[in-house]
Order: sequence, then C-alpha cells, then structure tokens
Amino acid sequence: MTNHHPLDFDKNVSRALNDRQLIKNIKSAMATLVSKRKAIFSDAAETERLRTLGNALKKTALSKLPQLLEQLEEKCTQNGIQVHWAETAAEANQLVLDIMKSHGATLLVKGKSMVSEEMELNAFLQKNGIEALETDLGEFIIQLNNERPAHIIVPAIHKNKDQISKIFHDHIPDAPYTEDVAELTAIARKTLRQKFYQADVGLSGVNFAVAETGTLCLVENEGNGRLCTTVPGVHIALMGLEKVVEKLVDLPPLLRLLIGSATGQLVTTYVNMITSARKQGEKDGPKEVHLIILDNGRSKIYADTRRRETLQCIRCGTCLNHCPVYNRIGGHAYGYIYPGPIGKILNPQIEGLRAAGVLASASSLCNACEEVCPVKIQIPDLIRRIRNESYSKDSTCTIEGHGYKRNLAEVLAWKVWQTINTHPLINAAGLKILNVLGMKIPKIGPLKDWIRYRTTPELAKKSLHELIKQHGVDHE
Amino acid sequence: MSRYPEKPQKVYYYGTCLVDMMYPEAGLAGIKLLQQEGVKVIFPSGQTCCGQPAYNSGFPDEARAVAGKQIELFPEDYPIVVPSGSCAGMMRHHYPKLFDGDPDFDRIINFSQRIFELSEFLVHALNIKLQDRGAPIKVTWHSSCHALREMGIIEDSKSLIRQLKNVDLIELQHETECCGFGGTFAVKQPAISAAMVKDKTDDIRQTGAVRLITGDCGCLMNISGAMQFDNIRIGGQHLAEFIWERINDKPSPA
Amino acid sequence: MSEASRHRIFSRLQAATRQDTTPVSQLPELPIKTYSPKEKIERLITLMEAMRTEVHTTAAENWLDTVEDVLKVREAKRLLYAPGTEIGEALEHQWENAAADLPQLIPYKQDIEQLKEMVFNVDAGITSAAGAIAETGALILWPTEQEPRLMSIVPPLHIAVLKADTIHNSLLEVMQKENWPAKMPSNVVLVSGPSKTADIEMTLAFGVHGPKELIVLILED
Repeated sequence: MTNHHPLDFDKNVSRALNDRQLIKNIKSAMATLVSKRKAIFSDAAETERLRTLGNALKKTALSKLPQLLEQLEEKCTQNGIQVHWAETAAEANQLVLDIMKSHGATLLVKGKSMVSEEMELNAFLQKNGIEALETDLGEFIIQLNNERPAHIIVPAIHKNKDQISKIFHDHIPDAPYTEDVAELTAIARKTLRQKFYQADVGLSGVNFAVAETGTLCLVENEGNGRLCTTVPGVHIALMGLEKVVEKLVDLPPLLRLLIGSATGQLVTTYVNMITSARKQGEKDGPKEVHLIILDNGRSKIYADTRRRETLQCIRCGTCLNHCPVYNRIGGHAYGYIYPGPIGKILNPQIEGLRAAGVLASASSLCNACEEVCPVKIQIPDLIRRIRNESYSKDSTCTIEGHGYKRNLAEVLAWKVWQTINTHPLINAAGLKILNVLGMKIPKIGPLKDWIRYRTTPELAKKSLHELIKQHGVDHE
Repeated sequence: MSRYPEKPQKVYYYGTCLVDMMYPEAGLAGIKLLQQEGVKVIFPSGQTCCGQPAYNSGFPDEARAVAGKQIELFPEDYPIVVPSGSCAGMMRHHYPKLFDGDPDFDRIINFSQRIFELSEFLVHALNIKLQDRGAPIKVTWHSSCHALREMGIIEDSKSLIRQLKNVDLIELQHETECCGFGGTFAVKQPAISAAMVKDKTDDIRQTGAVRLITGDCGCLMNISGAMQFDNIRIGGQHLAEFIWERINDKPSPA
Repeated sequence: MSEASRHRIFSRLQAATRQDTTPVSQLPELPIKTYSPKEKIERLITLMEAMRTEVHTTAAENWLDTVEDVLKVREAKRLLYAPGTEIGEALEHQWENAAADLPQLIPYKQDIEQLKEMVFNVDAGITSAAGAIAETGALILWPTEQEPRLMSIVPPLHIAVLKADTIHNSLLEVMQKENWPAKMPSNVVLVSGPSKTADIEMTLAFGVHGPKELIVLILED
C-alpha cells in the first residue's frame, strides 16, 4: 500500500464537472485518441484476432508467472543486469535512493514510468535531497506545475496550449512566452538537453520484460527514454511484476496492440530493447543496469484466480479514452495514480476497499472499455466483483477492507427487493398499492437524487401483467 | 444466422420489470408484433425481474435467488423474446456467470441460449416486413449499451426503423455513447450521470427530431425524464411501440 | 532486504499457481503479411515519409554523393561516424578528396566519457541500419562496439544507410529468420522517424529530444 490519501471522490467529481476548460480539453483530446485508434484498427476481423492473441499471451504468461520471473532474473543476471525485488513501494523507493547514494548522484533523469508515480518516487527522492527530473514532455509540463499525470499515456492531456505556455513562462528561467507548439517543444528540448548531459543516473519504466532473453522493451516517441537509458552511467528500470512475457516473439503482436491502442500508431518512433549494460569493448551505454521488480499488492491480486485478470493490463490507456465517465471528470478526480476503468479495478485492489472502493461506483457498466481493451480484460465484471466485496463480509471475499460499505439500509433494501421479486403475488400487490398512493413512487432515498435532474418516473395505470390478461394473451 | 430458430409456432415473452411497471404499452406492442406474424405468445405470469439491478450493484446472491425463479417459469424449449437489450444481455450472457458451478448448470445454459432481444428476433427469426401507414416524421435513435455491446443487435433495430418509409431517421453524433442510466449508477453518482444525460439530450436536440426512439426502457426513462425536466418537447418512445403505432396508424396498442 | 522480499513475493505467487487449475488457451497464430521486394521498399518509404523521414533511394555506388548533398544543404560542420566499419571506411576514403564545404569527420573512437562534449555538439551522426521492417515502417539499428548507441540519438540529424535487400516483411519474421533470441545485443532499436510528440493539445511536434531529422538512404544494387 502506498501512502494513504483520503479520497474525497464526491468533491473531486464536483470540482471536475464544474471546470469547463478541463472538460473541453479532455473531451477534445479523447475524441482524437478514439478516432486514431479506430483508424489504426480498421480491419475488424484482424483486430479481433490480435486481441484474442494478446489475451492468450498475457494469460499464458500469468499462468507461469513465478517461473517466468525466475527465468527473467536468471537471464538478466547472466547479462549483467542487477535484479532487485521490492515488496512495497517504500522498499522500491529505498532501493532507488540506495543506488543513487552509492554513486553520490543528486540528479536523476526520468523517462515516463507509471510505476514510479505509483511509488510516489519523486517526492521521496526530493525529501532525500535528490532532484528527480521528468523528461517526457507531458510529465515535464505537469512537474513544473506540481501536478500529477491526468492520463496513463498523455499526462498533460487536461491542459491546453495557453495553460502550458503560461506554465513554461512562469517556471522555466528565461523562457519567452509563446503559444507556438514548435517553439514550446524547442524550449523543452533545450532545457532538458543539459540535464541528460549532466545526470549520473537515468530511470525508465518497462513496457514488456522478456523472460527468454532477459530483455527490457520500452516504447516511446520523443527519444527521452533512449537518452535516459543510454547517456548516464547508471540505468534503473522499474517494473510491476506482471510485466513479464515469455518469449521474444510475443513482442510483435503485443507491441502492435499497445501502440495502436495507446496512440493510434502502427509503431512508435522508437522501440528500445535492452538486454545488458555496456559490455567489454563497447563505448557507450550505462555501465550499470538495475531492474527493480515491484509487487505492491500485485501478488495478492494474483492469488485470486478471477481478479488475476487485472494483471493482464498493458497500460495502453485506451479504456480511459472510451470511458464516458473519464471523459467527464478527467484523471485527477480518481485520486490515485491509475484513472479510468483500469483505475476503478486496480486502485481498490492495491489500496484496499476502504481507501479506493468508491471508484467502482463511478461506472454505468456501459462496456465501452471491455469492447476496446487490447487484452480483453472483462473490466465490468471486475467492477461488479469490487462492488460485491465492498458490501460482503463473506469469507470467500479476498480484497482487503471487504464489507466496509455494508449497511443495514442497503442490505435490507435488497432483501426486500429479493422477497418481492421471488413472490410474484407480492410484486403485483405492491404495484397495486403504489398505484393507489397516486401512481407515483415515493420520493425517498435514491429517488431524491433522481429528481434533481429528471422528472419523477410515473407508474403505469395498468401493469403489463394486467394488460396481458385484458388482451387475452396466454399467461399460463 | 444459424443461431436463430426457423419461424417458431410458439414463443415465451419476458416483459421485464421496467416495462411491467412503467411502459406496459411497449411490452404489449412487442407481443402484438409477434402475434401479427402468426406466432403464439406465452407470457408466464409469475415473471418479475431478471435480477440485473442486484447483480450490478454487488448483490449477486439476491440476484441469483430472483434469477432462479425466472428460469423455472420457462421450461419448454421455446425461444424467449425480450423487449430490452440489457435484460436480454443479463439473461443470455450473465446468467451463466451468475450460476457458475451450479448443479443445474445445463438447464440454465439451455435457458440462456433461448433468449432473444425483440429486434433481432423480428428480423432474423420472423423476417418481418413493415408497411408504414403513418405521416412523415423525423426521429432519432439511441443505442443502449447492452443492446449494442452485449447483444450486438443495434443494426437489427435500426433496420426495422429504416423499413418504415415515411420515417426519417437522423442519427445522433454520439449515438453509441452511454446515456448515463446504468441502473443504480444514476443515483449513486447522480452528478456524473446528469452530465452524461445532458450531453445525450443536447445531441438529440441538434438532430431536429421530434421523437427519440430506443429499445431499452431504462435509457428511455432516463432520457425522457431529463428532457421533460428541461422542458425539451421531444417525445421518447420504445421501438416496439413506435413500430406498432406506424404500421397500425394508431397511437397505442393498449 | 531484497532477498527477504523476493522470498515473500515468490511464496505468494507459487502458492497461487499451485491452486490454479484453469487451462491455458491455445495460442492463436496470426498470418504474416508478405510483400514483394518492390512493395517492401515502397511501403517502407511511404510509412517513413508519413513520419517526416527524408528518404533517398540510390544505386549502391552513389550513396556517398547523396550523403555529401544532404550535409552540404544543411551546412553541417561536424559529422560523427564509426571508423572500422564499411560505412566509416568509405567515408574516410571519400573525404580524402573532400571539398572545403563538407563537415569535419569526427570518429567515435573513444569511450563516451572522453567524447561526451563532442558527441553532444556534432551536427549529424551517420550509422548503418541492420535492416528494416516493411509492415510498420521502421529501421532496425543494431549498435556494436564500432557503432555505438548514442550516434543515432544525440545528434540533431541522424543519417541511416540501409541496403534494400535487408528489408523484412515484419518484426516477427526478422526475429525468427535471424534467430534474435540467441543473440540479443546490449541494445536493439527500431526507429520509424525523427523524434516527435503530441503531448501539447494532441498537436504533432517534431524534434523533441531525439533527432529532429532522420535521413534514410536506401541502397539498391
């Protein structure tokens, strides 16, 4: 478990829904990402085959997870990559700090890593006198503004040009005010080039780790990833333990799925495959490469064979793009690092239900996410599971904090609902009573929230059951 | 499609609880459309609810108890026609999950495989042909999420509307976006739901249509309720009732 | 600490797989798209040019002239190259009779620690490409002791020399044909164009951190 943030989801939602600029920015960006994905996956039959294969590859890898992790560790070690294991985010942070300290390093250049956000690495390092500088343009922008990423792939998606111009002008010394995208990009390039040059340690995430060869595969468009993992003398790679795949040949379809889903491209500018540190005779590349493998609750998710599906996620972000809820509240409202549909199932399982269970209520179960997930995670079913465990004190529940939401009113309400609906005569009688009360459902409980935005639903004078009889339909 | 039965003599009809309570004319219209095609319709009167509200809210035991009662009422091997994509989806796709490990699993699978949404049944099993006797009208169509993504029958529904030659179907710009109902979602996250339905009603208004047609009464209740609240004078109607009205040139079958 | 954590993590994972009786599904096979030699070149060019790569096809014996042209047009002052390679030796030979307006050849002959300032201040780097992939429009860079990694990522201009007959249909094909699993080097990179981003309002901008320009020379026999 990471540091506990009290999540006031209602407040976050309210703030987001009232932020017109935010909603405008998000909707526009999401529409672009949705249409790009559609274009790159235009052949429905091929896309379906790819997704089926992606699902099978991840499920297979997960079914052999401990074995593959052992193989990965063995191969990496043979190749000179030092493998470390962190059960918690705190341990992982300490491992990074120890490596930095062993080199007397005070500047860390970072490629984009969601795991490092999950660990809250930057804040930890800062407390310990180390500058952790984001080099991915989107991450760089939000770091300047002291914000967290709002999206898994495009961290500054919630900002428009004007807002970014102001951030640059306010926070980068000598940066002229400009709204020209090319000029803004040039400012970032110039500012960060110095840092790549100076830094003693570079950090990256891992998109896929191949057990067969001990290879770390990273995809990117900007080139900062390659610079972070090649210029400094030390490279630290961070990965969640679910990122291991079995064979090198598993990469082509998974890359196609990840890249197509994340950015709507056939391939990113760079696909980087790292298998060792600088070898004898080579002139560049880091002399030391460290791989930190993070658990942080994943092994517990793994232990439940149904919830294990959560770990198939390849962090493409497309579920966010297609989610009508994410489209209206943006990423920050979710409170924890993973927003959108994947966040609704992952955060409660990592942080516990008390801390993050409320996120599972923010879904209309429309299935838009499931329809596009490249590895076919049945997200809506997992949302139902989390909802169930939020209420149930049953011993079959496996998520931490289960039953936290259990309350007499709701339990009773559903028991009453069950009684009514398993006793057709009671059901019919109930309707008759409501009709007598004036054809309206009493304005209590949930109905109060309904009528804030809609007219009260009206009960029909005669139910279908009654019309059936009236019209002589065979009703056994 | 080979999974549809060849024009059966008898079918069961599953009305759904929302239809029963709020939109019985739509339910009756569906029955009349089937009867018109020469099919005998049987409506087991003990039916209540498919269990979806409890299932989606995290109360699967209660859902299972209710679902079990429904299954018992449809013992014969007739198709079961349902005027709702979400209830049909629940019974076809989720009952097998809900009853996973149940000793009576085969009977449950048999039940689930006999479930058909009304539009797909009219189109594929009955090959229905519609004669439009109504005056020209502009309508728009909302694709309910489970009809679209679980049952895959949206094109069937729209093809029925397109058979009506005096009906001008103007498509929404965001037809496949969720209307924000989601059952208890509308009351658990009312502000987000309200934002979603507002976008849907804005989209409906910009089509210039006088009526919103949809195949699911949850969506209908949600969208109509929101339109009425904002004094938007666009009617909402279930597809079955709309079709019946057009081919009979009468407002309602009841 | 890491050892104890490792033990606890593995205990949980291994206990879970012991319980798991879910059968693993058959891995479906995907058909590999194949292109004719001519189609391979055309497809590679189309895809790379769409990503703002500048592509030149030349006869094998003329490639040096193309290199000279592109460098002169940009008034490049310093060109980083790899001595001891086929390209390196050809450049050295060509430059012997060089006109004054060609860039100075900077050999990547020492470790980066000795050469860092220079590498970060050259105008261009020139490398071979070990092959290319037609399906996705990407070069395969296979850095070696002679042709180090930073050559293709630090300079603002990267020139890649590719032999047309090394273009493969797909990444899967080249991995299998050349048996990559048996011989993965420290680093392999696929490159599909100059550096870019869409992080600002989804607007495409080029030359973020990697090369602002990528020039590919496709050598045909």
